[in-house]
Amino acid sequence: MLPAAVPSRQHTVQPMVTGTSVLGIVYDKGVLLAADTLLSYGSMAKAQNIPRLHAVEKTVIGASGEYSDFQRILEILKAKALEETTTSVMDSLYTEESGMTAENTWNYLRMLLYSRRSKFNPFWNELLVAGKDLKGKPFLGSVDKIGTTVRDNFIATGFGAYLAMPLLREKWRPDLTEGEARALLEDCMKILFFRDCRASPRIQLAKCADDEVLVSEPYELDTAAAWQAEAYRQSVGELEDDGGW
Amino acid sequence: MFRNQYDTDVTVWSPEGRLLQVEYAMESVKQGSACVGLRSDTTCVLGALKRSVSELSSHQKKLLEIDDHIACGIAGLTADARSLAKYMQTECLNHKYVYGTPIPPHQLMADLADKHQRTTQIYVRRPFGVGLLISSVDSRGVPHLYQTCPSGNLYEFYASAIGARSQSARTYLEKHYETFATCSTDQLIVHALQALAGCVSGDDELTVDNGSIAIVGKDQSFTLIEGDALKPYIDQLEQKADNDDEEGEEEKESEAMET
Repeated sequence: MLPAAVPSRQHTVQPMVTGTSVLGIVYDKGVLLAADTLLSYGSMAKAQNIPRLHAVEKTVIGASGEYSDFQRILEILKAKALEETTTSVMDSLYTEESGMTAENTWNYLRMLLYSRRSKFNPFWNELLVAGKDLKGKPFLGSVDKIGTTVRDNFIATGFGAYLAMPLLREKWRPDLTEGEARALLEDCMKILFFRDCRASPRIQLAKCADDEVLVSEPYELDTAAAWQAEAYRQSVGELEDDGGW
Repeated sequence: MFRNQYDTDVTVWSPEGRLLQVEYAMESVKQGSACVGLRSDTTCVLGALKRSVSELSSHQKKLLEIDDHIACGIAGLTADARSLAKYMQTECLNHKYVYGTPIPPHQLMADLADKHQRTTQIYVRRPFGVGLLISSVDSRGVPHLYQTCPSGNLYEFYASAIGARSQSARTYLEKHYETFATCSTDQLIVHALQALAGCVSGDDELTVDNGSIAIVGKDQSFTLIEGDALKPYIDQLEQKADNDDEEGEEEKESEAMET
């Protein structure tokens, strides 16, 4: 009996090293993104200071899901950005403003992720793309591993879709200031730390406003006060003397 | 042009450092009927003289839509032109699918020039025997007029004309181009037709049947003006020709009175 041939090409069946939620919100002058800096290897906290928000030209991309796929996507986008700036085009009589906006990048990622899913070998990510749209207005959009695109004023990936979205829906207004938007995102990130087993309180923010793109250094959320919650200090009731055991 | 031993393959240089096959291809452009292009600060207009093979046949279409913001006029081998137009249309669609935005014209032109050049450096292919005038608008609403030729050279123009007897059009455009920047679309169309009128052969006239106009501009998608829609503009031309005739007659009368 001849042994069965081992296929040399494999398709992604499950993610290995993952990041959890990424949150994004549009405020009066721009867009704010937040994500923690934890990479999980299943239930192991593999690396605790890894940025999951990256700027490429005028766009910020945040990823949840398989981190190696995110690194590959960033490679592709950076190569594209370099190609744009270094490929010489005939001098026009007028200078043409070139460069991909966030909306262009979002469309491009849609094409990329959808074509991979169509080969049953997806980039196992949910990406948030922030920056400006084609008309120069603040832009926030998401692309998931099967190529679904959503554009909205606030988006959360992963666990954030369950835990943070209700808070964002309640609190979002079109005229939020940057301070209010940041406070709202930090509040959501705290909630995620408390309730998502694969989250950490060390987070990172990114801002796209006017013409500047800023990605902050990681910093710790102040969660000390939360541990003083009444429920942690005094249990409400007990089952008999032995806990019902 | 005389035949000699260096003109059989496109990959053979002549002793003077010329690629004769490429130059012969450029002759083919000069055989096509005329095509003119000009632009203002907001709009780019193409005009073409449509040839018909016989009285029984239709007039050959010379202005093609590439995208909402790009139009193309051809002079030379029509089949080659259609192949290039199809290529450009496909590139435009692909770009829109991938990036969600119309292709920047300069990007398409760079790829088009490369496509032309490739045929001048491969043994098994021949240069495209067609010149193209491409009118376009970029994302900021600025119009651009480009011209390609079989050699792969790409130029941008304020105004240009290619094809048979196009020198008369170029002379007219050189005389008037400084006024084009602030012209209205209608004025540009009349200029284009006036330039074309000098390119008709012999006793023929520019009519609604053999003239055609294509417009792209800021906030103006590709629009083709042919047939009866061209009449109001053609009529303005005839008036100018009539005015010239009247002036000629007056001069003759005054001369007659003097003798």
